[in-house]
Amino acid sequence: MGSRRPLLVRLAETDRASVAFTLDGEPATALEGDTVLTAVLTQHGRLLRNEFSHAPRAGFCLMGACQDCWIATADGERLRACATVIAPGMTLLSGGEGA
Amino acid sequence: MTPPVIVGAGPAGVRAAQALVAHGLRPVLIDEAPRAGGQVYRRPPAHFRRTAAALYGTEATRATALHAAADALADHVDHRPDSLVWNAQGGALDVLRGGRIERVPYQGLVVATGATDRVLPVPGWTLPGAFTLGGAQVALKFQGCAIGERVVLMGSGPLLYLVAYQYAKAGARVAAVLDSARLADQVAALPLMLTQPSTLMKGAWYVAWLRAHGVPIVRAARPLQIVGGERVEGVRFEHGGHTRTIDCDAVGMGHALRSETQLADLLGCHFDFDELQRAHLPQRDAAGRSSVPGLYLAGDGAGILGADAAEWAGERAALALLEDRGVAVDADRARALERRLAGIRPFRRGLERAFPFPTDWAARADDELVVCRCENISAGQLRATVRETGADDINRLKALSRVGMGRCQGRMCGVAATELLAHACGRTVREVGRLRGQAPIKPVPLSALSASSALREPEATA
Repeated sequence: MGSRRPLLVRLAETDRASVAFTLDGEPATALEGDTVLTAVLTQHGRLLRNEFSHAPRAGFCLMGACQDCWIATADGERLRACATVIAPGMTLLSGGEGA
Repeated sequence: MTPPVIVGAGPAGVRAAQALVAHGLRPVLIDEAPRAGGQVYRRPPAHFRRTAAALYGTEATRATALHAAADALADHVDHRPDSLVWNAQGGALDVLRGGRIERVPYQGLVVATGATDRVLPVPGWTLPGAFTLGGAQVALKFQGCAIGERVVLMGSGPLLYLVAYQYAKAGARVAAVLDSARLADQVAALPLMLTQPSTLMKGAWYVAWLRAHGVPIVRAARPLQIVGGERVEGVRFEHGGHTRTIDCDAVGMGHALRSETQLADLLGCHFDFDELQRAHLPQRDAAGRSSVPGLYLAGDGAGILGADAAEWAGERAALALLEDRGVAVDADRARALERRLAGIRPFRRGLERAFPFPTDWAARADDELVVCRCENISAGQLRATVRETGADDINRLKALSRVGMGRCQGRMCGVAATELLAHACGRTVREVGRLRGQAPIKPVPLSALSASSALREPEATA
């Protein structure tokens, strides 16, 4: 499965405290100061599926303009992954469609 | 007394705030980011450890100076980070902050909303692993990450080479730089670019550094497709009459920048078509006054001139705001700033000559190409709409096809849709017009709207 392989590669700033969260029901670990986008894409290949094509998406602009990184949470919320900092205990779902 | 408000805490917004504070005012400074600096001098979270030299390279001195200026203002401005201005009307802004909406009145408004990448789609651009050049840079600066193991950077413009340099320097593998411009374009631009010799030298130095470090640079390259099923697997491109494919797992793409003009639009600014930038931009005079009294425009949000010019324009716009409020300002300083801004224009023309917009993009776009990534609308659908309805205006095309109506409001597809429409209906990009901004200019959760007592008529998300 392509989605299981990470997209982003950490090159620096790896000496940070870890943050535990849940991705698609599985325990996952990010680093303090990661955005939700970084937290997910350093271990996974998508953030959502487009509601029209159902194809995977993983953000595009990383600066709050493209709106293509809205990820679902298990609580039924949507978060703009590039502009939201990962917090302990977040439960994220990468199969959600759109915002 | 109602304070002046500045939207955007990048180079323009910070210098505007500094000038207002120096004249005894306490402006409100609203910004989407958690820390001031804007995109170009974006700061990582406070506990990150890389030095300014590592983060900003040749721009470290400028970045550090801007951050120091912002930090020194902390006690003198009402800084509202993590805050999204999503509507503006009647002398007030509607701002989303921490899931709640507040209305911020202003007396004097400086709009310094910056820019994003100007994107010309290619098939496969919606695949995971494809990002904008600016996005690729944000991943590195703000998060210490590369967008992939093997990265192709493509498009054109100064950012192309800067990102390539920053990536290679940080230890990422840059598989290729694909520039749509020809070397001849860059040679032809030299006379104009020599008006800013140090900036020209920096650009030349990045290219030389990349070559010395074995990064392949292909000029006059035409990207044909980002290849892949569920994620990026390569880039197919045309060069010198041949088609080649490079394996990669990530792509950074962009053709220079486009201004974020939605707020100026909502506020009723008059726009003119700018031939150089191939875009409709809000009118502003040499001082930054818009066509709307009390509304000032500064920085790349009103036309792309770069970070240095944004600092000067921010300060100049603040001085204009002060003058219009009857506050005495240093007229020599104001004139000097205007001279500097005028002086950078030949170089700006040079950049456009060096990295020309590929005006044949629309003619070559396949019908299957997805233009609108929000609503998955293809070039073929847009052409069919034009054929069937005779639409020759971008807002008419938007109403009929939904292009530009999705969550991004045309930020990513607007340039491409306009080019396609102009080509399909035989008019110029000037004639087909510009996508009009609509509130909310970025999505606002319904929960925030329904919780707000300030709003009588809740509006749905776009």
